[in-house]
Amino acid sequence: MSATTAKKIDLEKHGALIALGALFVLASVIGWPYFIRPENLVNVMRQSSYTGIIALGMTFVIISGGIDLSVGAVAAFVASCGVLFMNWVLQAAGGNEVLAILGGVSVMIALGFAAGALNGLLITKGKIVPFIVTLGTMSIFRYLSLQMANAGEFASQSQLYGTFGMSKIFEFKVGDQAISLPIPVFTLLVLAAVLAFLLDNTRYGRYLCAVGSNARVAQYSAVRIDRVRFWAYAINGMCVGTTAALLAARFNTVSTPNFGLGFEMDAIAATIIGGTAMAGGRGSIWGTIIGVFMLQIIQNMLNMAGLSPYLQGVVKGIVIIGSVYIQKQRQ
Amino acid sequence: MKKVLLALLIVTMVVGGAIGQAKVYKVGVSMPSATHGWMGNANWWAQRAEKDWEARDKAVQIELKFSGNVNQQVADIEDLLVKKVDALVVFPHDTSVTSIVEKAFNAGVYVVVLDRGVSKEGIYDIYITNDDEAYTRKGMEWLAKQMGFKGNLLLITGIPSPIDTIRTDTIKEVVKKYPNIKLLDVQPGDWNRQKSLTVMENYLQKYKQIDAVYTADDDMMLGAMQAYKESGRKDIKLFLGGGCLKSVIKEIMDDSNPLVKADVTYSPSVIATSISYAVIGVKGEKLNPNVYQVRALPRRIILPSELVTRENAKDFYVPEAPF
Repeated sequence: MSATTAKKIDLEKHGALIALGALFVLASVIGWPYFIRPENLVNVMRQSSYTGIIALGMTFVIISGGIDLSVGAVAAFVASCGVLFMNWVLQAAGGNEVLAILGGVSVMIALGFAAGALNGLLITKGKIVPFIVTLGTMSIFRYLSLQMANAGEFASQSQLYGTFGMSKIFEFKVGDQAISLPIPVFTLLVLAAVLAFLLDNTRYGRYLCAVGSNARVAQYSAVRIDRVRFWAYAINGMCVGTTAALLAARFNTVSTPNFGLGFEMDAIAATIIGGTAMAGGRGSIWGTIIGVFMLQIIQNMLNMAGLSPYLQGVVKGIVIIGSVYIQKQRQ
Repeated sequence: MKKVLLALLIVTMVVGGAIGQAKVYKVGVSMPSATHGWMGNANWWAQRAEKDWEARDKAVQIELKFSGNVNQQVADIEDLLVKKVDALVVFPHDTSVTSIVEKAFNAGVYVVVLDRGVSKEGIYDIYITNDDEAYTRKGMEWLAKQMGFKGNLLLITGIPSPIDTIRTDTIKEVVKKYPNIKLLDVQPGDWNRQKSLTVMENYLQKYKQIDAVYTADDDMMLGAMQAYKESGRKDIKLFLGGGCLKSVIKEIMDDSNPLVKADVTYSPSVIATSISYAVIGVKGEKLNPNVYQVRALPRRIILPSELVTRENAKDFYVPEAPF
């Protein structure tokens, strides 16, 4: 009896990982010979990491029983402010690019935190449902950025920032191909490790799940549910700020109408595919990472196979519904 | 010994490859997906260019990628680079694609960039664009003449953007030449039919005597005209759009709508032109022996904007195009 239970848990724990592995094999076949090339795999990881970092924060928010629709708009807003600040420092400090980048990136993460905190406060103190609050802030931050740039672009004046956006670390060679980890992928993995520790091994993580699964019971157990919820949005905000900094560096410019457009949908989709319950209370960071990679691998594989982009969207929708359906059946 | 064998192997492969099969030129194309009529036509032209080129030249392989946003576009271009395309045609969502275009160009890919452009010089082989300045200058000059150089004019503009700024500024410049034409108002209709309809409804409430409406876009012109028809008023004499939607050209050709007498081209076939230049350029061929072209193709190409009236409308009518 206990042996079968153990086996079941094992399957549940590693089911997603097995699915990812199966998908990888499938992608290698469908996307042959391009998908399996090291250069392409590095691309897939990098393409995943921008929305992936947001999906990590989104996991916290969804576990808490909430949702954050404002992430894409907040990314555009903080990236705009950050690039403006960076250019200002560059002028003021006489072309010290390192200082300017440090300043700009700090501003982006700090403003991301502030925007998340604003969402959190409106939800906990204002007692407005998360969907409405973040629907509102989505509009506010998107149009604030458009207003600032008159719907145009903010170009960074630092060449180094652009180089940083494309830079890689841990370079090593496989055959004659140089393989390396792009900065955004490295950031994604480090953040995932930190947040997974926070979720699985600390009191805050346990409280978060308790608040998400039954807020009233959590409250009676002397959990300060407002504070727990507030921090979920604030942490998500910092993740958004991090993505904004990395993505702005990638482009070395912020185009206010397009920056971060639709990120909320991709982040939510990855989180849900990763096994986090939409109703809250349950979820895992590593599941989200798997969800992020699965979405991107599917898209890359279909792209390599030359499927029309419209059908790619159809497949994406089927995968989102299908994976949740399978999870439901297993419970 | 090993080295000799290796060298021999390489030589065999190269020679064998050269004799065994002719070089295939892979051309990757990345552009926005169809979010409005004009871009729908542009997508259709890209597909037509793909079909035509592949039918006429076995050495050409074209791969089209339509993207909904700029992040997807960058991912598409990365994917095309993994597939080792020889030439890349990019119709950018915005200048955020600059760094990936630069990467492609530095990797030796033949790069053709369109319209909204990249924010850095020297990272493409050819830049092709429509002429935004002439687009509204020709339109406004024609409209002014039709108005008898006097009367009340309303303007509905596109999404605030560099392209829209050029167009609107040009219109204002032309209007300034004619002191009897009064530009009543300028509001954005975001290149969107519904938005333009709303803007026009407000205009109709606000202004009692309107003589002409200029939108510089056929989609928006149709929206504005719809609002005017619903209002039952009889004061407006002319609507002028732009971009040559099929239905509008048909009306001009048949002279079936007294309110619409002209259009200005802003050719969606610019993408087909670009694909053709990419093919010719990457193969190192020449345009035409009569132009005394020494080596490469021209670096900056501006396609003309032409006035379409009843006389020449049939030259611009493409019945197979979707819009």
